[in-house]
Amino acid sequence: MVLPAEIRSFLSEAGELSRFTGRFFSQAFRPRYELYEFTRQCYLIGYSSLPLIGLTSFIMGLVLTMQLRPSMVDYGVESELPSIVGIAIVREIGPVISALIFAGKIGSSIGAELGSMKVTEQIDAMEVSGTNPFKYLVVTRVFAATLMLPVLIILGDTISLYGSFLGVNIRGTTSSHLFWTQVIDSLAFSDVLPAFIKTYFFGFAVGIIGCYKGYNSSKGTEGVGRSANSAVVVASVMVFVIDLLAVQITDLLGLN
Amino acid sequence: MPEEATIVQSDQLISADAANAVSILHLYKSFGNNHVLIDFNLAIKKGESVVVLGKSGSGKSVLIKCIIGLLKPDKGTIAVFGKNVSEIKEEELDKLRAKVGFLFQSNALYDSMTVRENLEFPLRRHWIKVSQAEVNKMVLEALDDVGLAHTVDMMPVELSGGMRKRIALARTLILKPEIILYDEPTTGLDPITGKEIIDLMNDIQEKYNTTSLIISHDMNCVRMTSDRVVILVEGKCYANDTWDRLQQNKDPKVKQFFE
Repeated sequence: MVLPAEIRSFLSEAGELSRFTGRFFSQAFRPRYELYEFTRQCYLIGYSSLPLIGLTSFIMGLVLTMQLRPSMVDYGVESELPSIVGIAIVREIGPVISALIFAGKIGSSIGAELGSMKVTEQIDAMEVSGTNPFKYLVVTRVFAATLMLPVLIILGDTISLYGSFLGVNIRGTTSSHLFWTQVIDSLAFSDVLPAFIKTYFFGFAVGIIGCYKGYNSSKGTEGVGRSANSAVVVASVMVFVIDLLAVQITDLLGLN
Repeated sequence: MPEEATIVQSDQLISADAANAVSILHLYKSFGNNHVLIDFNLAIKKGESVVVLGKSGSGKSVLIKCIIGLLKPDKGTIAVFGKNVSEIKEEELDKLRAKVGFLFQSNALYDSMTVRENLEFPLRRHWIKVSQAEVNKMVLEALDDVGLAHTVDMMPVELSGGMRKRIALARTLILKPEIILYDEPTTGLDPITGKEIIDLMNDIQEKYNTTSLIISHDMNCVRMTSDRVVILVEGKCYANDTWDRLQQNKDPKVKQFFE
């Protein structure tokens, strides 16, 4: 049986990506370690994404609270608004939305940067200059994305809850102390831990896909655009796939 | 076979290995069904300037990428200073690369770095142990060689095409290489700037007594820089002689380049 071309192309791409990931693990823990470049990437990836993730998180918390409020009032559970919003943000919406924003900003920027370096022979020039370009460019960026996204999500969730606090107080009066007490009391260890762990996988997926697409870019400037674009699309889909798997695993472990 | 061109024999290459900066023996390289290099042989003596001439897509760039170890040959031997590039370990290859400069066709300057950082990059990556004052001196000296000392703190995007080529050449020079590989050094430049780059290449050759391998299809560049010209046809070293003698050659495959 001959598989359709689309399926063959998908399987081939998945195989290439797996091989690229394997190469990452085979090179990541062997010297020479590019600590300076890793630190620089942490700053660029983490710090530069904070304003965008902070802004979107704040709006998300505010809007979510304002949208939920009428239904909560109808059911007579308005007082539970901070708890419901807190669980929704920490467990699901915060990590996923922030990861999608991160995929859009960092996935595309890594894809375009490495893609343009590839087509202008800068990666070859690095190799000639005694540098392992895979370690210098890929390993550092993937580690930086993996470590920075969880930090950004913690900050984003906090900012989002501040947005929610504002949303609660637009149509009512809830003290800061009561709001935060309700949010924290509603969250169990089983809510926070799985949500936190999956953010590392989101960060890794965004980093490795952005690097894979950029590193394998071809066909000149058109190819660079295509790499950046497909880095965002594939990374965003992967965020949802990982999220789905995380829910199933959490369920199996009885953490839900 | 071309009538008067000297064809280098494989055994000559082997016996002359010690005196050669680069020896290439029975080199094969294919990409799928596209056979780019087929039993290619070439020897370059120390201090010599050899130009490889060929049509676009004839495998010239593939050849120099094999020499520097960016591409792995399917078969054959490439010895640089007597070391087989495709068989030595990564650390040894890095050491060897410090002796070989490579001027990329697209210049390959790092966009996110200043001119100074671009020049410092190979020094730092090859673990050359020098003080910062010494690094600064080396950077300025390399920039002086190409007449662009004033651009030291500029970004590549602020420079013209000719200036970028010169900066790329300065980056190549900073490690004082014994061999310089030039990939289409004058492509994309206007004739005047192209002539400036050619003069610069000759000055460098004279000043540092480097061995040069130049890939080009710009006949002006070939004429002005070559001690010897190798014509690459259908993946093979078709002719190998001086510019003057090849110009007189009647073989149609050689003649087409000089018409």
